[in-house]
Amino acid sequence: MAMTITEKILARAAGKTRVIPGDNIWVKVDILLTHDICGPGTIGVFQQEFGKTARVWDPDKVAIIPDHYIFTRDVKAHRNIDTLRQFVQEQGIRHFYDPAESTYRGVCHVALPEVGLVCPGTVIFGTDSHTCTHGALGAFATGIGNTDAGFILGTGKLLIKVPKTLRFRIDGTLPPRVMAKDIILRIIGDIGFDGASYCAMEFTGDAIAALSIEERMTICNMAIEAGGKNGIIAPDEKAFEYIRARTSAPLDPVYGDPDATVEHEWRYDAATLVPCVAEPHVPSNYAPARDRTGVKLDRAYIGSCTGGKITDFRAAAQILRNHKVSVPTFLVPATVEVAEALLSETFDGRSLVQIFADAGCEEIAPPSCAACLGGPEDTYGRTSGSEAVISTTNRNFIGRMGSKNSRIWLASPLTVAASAVTGHITDPRDIS
Amino acid sequence: MNATDTQIIRGKVYVAGDNIDTDQIIPAQYLNLVPTIPEEYTKLGSYALCGLPDTCLPFIQPGAVTSEYTILVAGRNFGCGSSREHAPIALGAAGIKAIVAESYARIFFRNAVATGEFFPFETARRLCDTFQTGDEAILDLKAGTLTRAPSRETFALNPLGAVAPVVAAGGLFAYARQTGMIGKKG
Ligand code: SF4
Repeated sequence: MAMTITEKILARAAGKTRVIPGDNIWVKVDILLTHDICGPGTIGVFQQEFGKTARVWDPDKVAIIPDHYIFTRDVKAHRNIDTLRQFVQEQGIRHFYDPAESTYRGVCHVALPEVGLVCPGTVIFGTDSHTCTHGALGAFATGIGNTDAGFILGTGKLLIKVPKTLRFRIDGTLPPRVMAKDIILRIIGDIGFDGASYCAMEFTGDAIAALSIEERMTICNMAIEAGGKNGIIAPDEKAFEYIRARTSAPLDPVYGDPDATVEHEWRYDAATLVPCVAEPHVPSNYAPARDRTGVKLDRAYIGSCTGGKITDFRAAAQILRNHKVSVPTFLVPATVEVAEALLSETFDGRSLVQIFADAGCEEIAPPSCAACLGGPEDTYGRTSGSEAVISTTNRNFIGRMGSKNSRIWLASPLTVAASAVTGHITDPRDIS
Repeated sequence: MNATDTQIIRGKVYVAGDNIDTDQIIPAQYLNLVPTIPEEYTKLGSYALCGLPDTCLPFIQPGAVTSEYTILVAGRNFGCGSSREHAPIALGAAGIKAIVAESYARIFFRNAVATGEFFPFETARRLCDTFQTGDEAILDLKAGTLTRAPSRETFALNPLGAVAPVVAAGGLFAYARQTGMIGKKG
């Protein structure tokens, strides 16, 4: 019987020839990802349940990427990183990127593919809801809690339900200055904040094929903002090229059957999509940017696993190279690799770092999650009052960036940059 | 806790609306607390739902570490957002024994089941419009009903379904041991 890409990956991981949505199956795990805020609790569960001296099922399949509370004076945050250090040492875990060492990477969802740990057809669980990002390279990837993760540490397996698939087909060509973020915010706006609850979100069509891997990550990253279990895009030559540049691991991709049935298919003509925002306080509050030019802003923020990749900064620089910002503009590269590219990449002889400095942006922060999730009081870019913020991040919940009284508009890096220039929400097509 | 110790849950209800996200359940600045450390588990409980807008009634009275409420009645998509297990744990640590919502976000629901902190019931009726914060209520686990005392109005809850055996066993680990997936503890 025909299966979707998600069903096929799960069937293979369960050692079955077929699965159907709703089946509860034990799957073998290829990668378990955790970080500094859920890692210590996961380790706690593992040691409580399997014993203090228990060994993890496979140290090479565990990736521990501290990223959330790194540049802070918070004492517990440092204790938590120490807990991770001790654990990786005891267990011989190689994929650990210590904030105090040159191996530090930054935000886990951008770092994991960078270090070559995301391969098509594999099963990835992470103690972070945005683990769904990794579907951009054709993996099944989803977020779990500490207890499930502790279970995986001990067994390498997890009992999961096979999700139904919702397919989003975006054909045609995206207009200039319309980005992946505009695609996913439109979809979430259409289907609602829980519109894909428990479902796989499969993205396909020529507009998706035309996107860079980083842009595909933006789309899969936000599957969770519609309640999706995973986001997934069939791997292609672009994906293989991205992965081959980072790992020599043999690739064994999985593709969906063309005649597989899906729960529902939505179709979009890319040409009809426009730069947009998600208004406070849910990501499904869609509005075209041109309809919200009356919204005055106090700050702009470019960063996070959704909007802090090199492609996001390149997009912002396209606008900021010609302008000055009129509101404080905070920049947080997702990873060290992105931060280095900001120095080495140039537009008309100026590095991106120089362009942002000339435009009057705040000094670029070191890579981490920073104010994407508020965090400890001393976090860079954290809101403290009733700021109106336009941000490339993925969540505009009440209090998400710190203060309960601040309001967050989500947008693409182009829209954020254009709005930073004018001080109100601005369609990037309306600025040079 | 082992959620199966009792058949009747009795207590005061706290009512919340739709899309109560994990940042409202436990704001990010408290994620430095590690739930498996007993003092920090308690501390997490003391911050439960402190991210709700200031216009909401407090879930925990100033100075208290646990909540006077035992049952949470909510609307759609409860627990949406992050995978932080701190969220169901904070609610459990605060004293919540059951949640009755129209629907849950998947990861939160799964974490609730895996930790066995409380019973995550769903209901077809929008009970968050029927109940008021402070109502006394009785949740009968066996009958699958929520009764408002003293009016005795009774509402049927959806059966826990496929997760019932996991909840009944007391969470993921207990279930896995029961079914022979993993060996006995220690
Ligand atoms: S950047 Fe934001 S959304 Fe991404 S992992 Fe960090 S806190 Fe989560």
